[in-house]
Amino acid sequence: MNAAGFPLLSLITWLPLVGGLIILAVRGDEETVASNARWTALWTSLIVFVLSVVLWVRFDPGDPGFQFVETASWLPQWNITYKLGVDGISVLFVLLSTVLTPICILASWDAIKVRVREYMLAFLILETMMVGMFAALDFVVFYMFFEGVLIPMYLIIGIWGGPRRVYAAIKFFLYTLAGSVLMLLALLAMWYQAGTTDIPTLLHTPFPASMQTWLFLAFLASFAVKVPMWPVHTWLPDAHVEAPTAGSVILAGVLLKMGGYGFLRFSLPMLPIASAHLAPLMYALSIIAVVYTSLVAFAQTDMKKLIAYSSVAHMGVVTIGIFTANVQGISGAMFQMLSHGIVSAALFLCVGVVYDRLHTREIARYGGLADRMPAYAFVFMVFTLASVGLPGTSGFVGEFLVLVGAFRVQFWLALLGSLGMILGAAYALWLYRRIIFGRITRDDLRAMLDLSPREIAVFAPLVVLTLWMGVYPASFSSFWDATVGAMVTQHQAALHGPTLLAAVKP
Amino acid sequence: MLYAVAIFAPLVGSTVAGLFGKAIGDRAAQAVTIICMLLASVCAVISLVQLVDGAPQGVVSLGTWVEAGSFHVSWALRYDALAVAMVVMVTVVATLIHIYSVGYMVHDENHTIWRFFSYLSLFSFAMLMLVTADNLLQLFFGWEGVGLMSYLLIGYWYYRPSAGAAAMEAFIVNRVGDLGFALGIALVFLTFGSIEFSSVFGSVKEHMDASYHVLGHTWRAYEVIGFLLFIGAMGKSAQIGLHVWLPDAMEGPTPVSALIHAATMVTAGVFLVARFSPVLDYAPAALTFITLIGATTALFAATIGCVQNDIKRVIAYSTCSQLGYMFVAAGVGAYQVAIFHLLTHAFFKALLFLAAGSVIHAMSDEQDMRRMGGLWRLIPVTYAVMWAGNLALGGVFPFAGFYSKDAILEAAWAADTGIGRYGFWCTLIAAFLTAFYSWRLLLMTFHGRSRADRHVMEHVHESPAVMTVPLVLLAIGALAAGFLLARPLIGENWQAFWGNAIQIAPTNHVLRDLEGLPTWVVLAPTVFGLLGIATAYLFYMVMPELPVRLAAAFPAGHRFLLNKWYFDDLYAAVIVRPYQALARVLWQVGDATIIDGVPNGLAALTEDGAAGAVRLQTGSIAVYAFSMLIGLVVLVTIFLLFLR
Repeated sequence: MNAAGFPLLSLITWLPLVGGLIILAVRGDEETVASNARWTALWTSLIVFVLSVVLWVRFDPGDPGFQFVETASWLPQWNITYKLGVDGISVLFVLLSTVLTPICILASWDAIKVRVREYMLAFLILETMMVGMFAALDFVVFYMFFEGVLIPMYLIIGIWGGPRRVYAAIKFFLYTLAGSVLMLLALLAMWYQAGTTDIPTLLHTPFPASMQTWLFLAFLASFAVKVPMWPVHTWLPDAHVEAPTAGSVILAGVLLKMGGYGFLRFSLPMLPIASAHLAPLMYALSIIAVVYTSLVAFAQTDMKKLIAYSSVAHMGVVTIGIFTANVQGISGAMFQMLSHGIVSAALFLCVGVVYDRLHTREIARYGGLADRMPAYAFVFMVFTLASVGLPGTSGFVGEFLVLVGAFRVQFWLALLGSLGMILGAAYALWLYRRIIFGRITRDDLRAMLDLSPREIAVFAPLVVLTLWMGVYPASFSSFWDATVGAMVTQHQAALHGPTLLAAVKP
Repeated sequence: MLYAVAIFAPLVGSTVAGLFGKAIGDRAAQAVTIICMLLASVCAVISLVQLVDGAPQGVVSLGTWVEAGSFHVSWALRYDALAVAMVVMVTVVATLIHIYSVGYMVHDENHTIWRFFSYLSLFSFAMLMLVTADNLLQLFFGWEGVGLMSYLLIGYWYYRPSAGAAAMEAFIVNRVGDLGFALGIALVFLTFGSIEFSSVFGSVKEHMDASYHVLGHTWRAYEVIGFLLFIGAMGKSAQIGLHVWLPDAMEGPTPVSALIHAATMVTAGVFLVARFSPVLDYAPAALTFITLIGATTALFAATIGCVQNDIKRVIAYSTCSQLGYMFVAAGVGAYQVAIFHLLTHAFFKALLFLAAGSVIHAMSDEQDMRRMGGLWRLIPVTYAVMWAGNLALGGVFPFAGFYSKDAILEAAWAADTGIGRYGFWCTLIAAFLTAFYSWRLLLMTFHGRSRADRHVMEHVHESPAVMTVPLVLLAIGALAAGFLLARPLIGENWQAFWGNAIQIAPTNHVLRDLEGLPTWVVLAPTVFGLLGIATAYLFYMVMPELPVRLAAAFPAGHRFLLNKWYFDDLYAAVIVRPYQALARVLWQVGDATIIDGVPNGLAALTEDGAAGAVRLQTGSIAVYAFSMLIGLVVLVTIFLLFLR
């Protein structure tokens, strides 16, 4: 059936949902239910994580195609099948989702006090949707998971969020939904053209050039909102500010990657001509994202908003990398996405630590924390530096590879796209200085406790990952090297093939 | 193998001190880091001896780092004359400064001395990674690593607002240069298909005519590479325009200023230029630019140094100026001379800073020279080594600076080009100013009547042996390094030492032409130096009212120098404040008003529309049903359109 000998991907995908059902089945007083829900959710997500490690170990990096493929008949009359599988591009995103979910559950342990059962249920459903989306090999299945992610996230923000949670949740929902509708249209059009929604088949289906442009724009509407690209990014700061800490972690860690993943899975390989034609547009939007949102981040007074804006800037680097359409650029974009998944998630957790103690995200309320919270200061420093892209941390590799990829395209693209190196250092160190440096002036700050063992357990794997990815990135990039290489070759062939043929013909 | 120990021992020391420092205590953390540094120094010296004895150059491979298609970079240690010379200098100076810090940091308010030593050792490791890199990316790793440690050490006293600001400024200004550096690395990859030194330098001849199109012109790729890499060097080595962070970096503890902001990190830019000499020697325009910036900085920083009153800032501007000297040498093709001066400068400038630290220590943390004076009887050892450092910096025979600094001026003249002449005259005038501000510092601090209050003066004491012994050792270095190193490093037979660590174009004869220069060119630096000393003596011993009168006679000029050519104010007005304002505008107007205005407006419109619809219809269920119906119609229509 596949490399594992059993439907591993389906198991990883659906097991969280089983855990959710168990949570639902528990009866008793509120305290029992809550504690039960916490432990069930943690154990479920840990088992899923172990399963995904099997996936990681058994994955063959030398094979550029899809692995662990499993199919089941679903809607044969429409030529739609339930089909899962991973290649070098998606496999590590599955891992990212399964790593971050237990961390999120651990981070919500004490922070969430009301409707714990429903909260944990929402997170487990979210995990199913995320993994399913990255593993889906049928466009319809993909679309269902892609949209399905919205629902639990909408609830997490809308129910367990801050004071303006309803505004933020609806804004989040409408923005993403508006884009999705256009993607649905594109899906229908592709299905009509190719007669199938099988992704591996679609990857080798040449679409007419004129149609490609429209399809590209429809995809763009959906993925650009998810990334988010400028100017459809304003839902993100609001969603982050209102979401509970763990919601922000998943939002920044995984949900933003759905856009980048979409570009890599659909736009670039399926629509090569449109991708090449519209690349300047993508570059322009990305550069604006990098410069503009870095500036806006600098002006923020709310910790979460600052990090949210920095996410937009970092994802701008990703979209530049993808549309350079060369190996270094795409590889850099992949790395940047994974690194951002870890680092921004960790930064939101860092905000969560002090928010849990003081219940404010106002930067001006803090200062001088290094005195009382040296361990926290250290952890925060590591992730600030990774966010700034210091060599030796994960943040550097992706940024630098994208710079190399962009340089192959054009000098100015590389220069402007890399301005984040300077601007990012400005807002990140400014944030760090205002929170950690300085003299403690307030009594409530003086009374703050350093990281608890639970919090250290949350941060430790993220610190290790950040440094590991920085010192030995080849152990990650080797997963997608073959796939990206094949993708670039195919892209080049699709672009230059017709002209070569035309040249041969008299 | 020994070589790898020299590089990684500081990392071990730093890790132990950093992770367990709190548990094992300050004493143990100091012991661990110092033992590791001593071990590193011994291994480094043995490696040097082996190389001089004829051990082959080589590369110690450590593993893969970044891979993406044809872009391949590994962790590796390069073993050649340039790297080993730097390794020896870094480990020896760092060891002495570790030992000195034991005494200097005793009264640390932070009570985290283990943290300080962990940082110092980690810095040494990053610097060693920088100088032993076998490819540009690892060099960049060390480059950013030392930048980080500089940031952390400047901000070591994090509770001081000025320290936090200075740390941030240092990091961000360096980042401006680093962006140029990173782009340069990308262009090297594009041109040579690799960023490993051996393959790049091995194929210099083949890519001689490679071109790169930018700014509407087609340039030779080597020139663009030279420019981009030098922008990085300008940031790290605090050259004019990107120098503003270095004087402010004096917020850090004095041993940090000695190690990072004088002896090692700031010289990384010069090292980079020397390391890339095989390519740069074929980039005449870039070299011209390097000389221009270097010469201008040498003069400009020296002028500022003459009027500063903070003892550390005087030395900081002096460092800036001396780095300019090194770039002049590199720019005219005398890379060996640049490295020679780098090495001697490391000894005497570290000495000067540590001596200044000893003064500050004695004066209960006073740094303003206007509140010093008459100290020489009270702290004789510090006084003596300060003399040694000044004589070396001023270029007085037989101290180190006499050999290395004079060689730079001679090389600039020997280059026999317009820019070479510019470099010569700038550095000659700077030599006068250097001697002047050095003796101004010496006389204001140690001679004349004491201007400190009695309370402070009662506490003045010579530093303990743990501080004075490193000072004396460095003083010996400042005395001996010049005549010991001159012959092997820049003598006729320089290739015997350098091997192919420095490769120059066949047309580059600067070093050979150092012989047989006009006598006045050879004598000029010494004469100008002595004149500077005499002027300082006149100003601060014979007629102390003269500088005051001079300042009163030329108020504008004095203010101009005192305000450091207004660079800080210019940047605040042109960059920092507009940046902050623009950030606010983009947020409040761009995001909140314009971009969010569209969806919020739509929402309001929908709400009004719904309200109207509610009034027209009877209830909300109907509205929902109605909108669902419309939605369905639209969907089906589109569906049918596609099905045709």
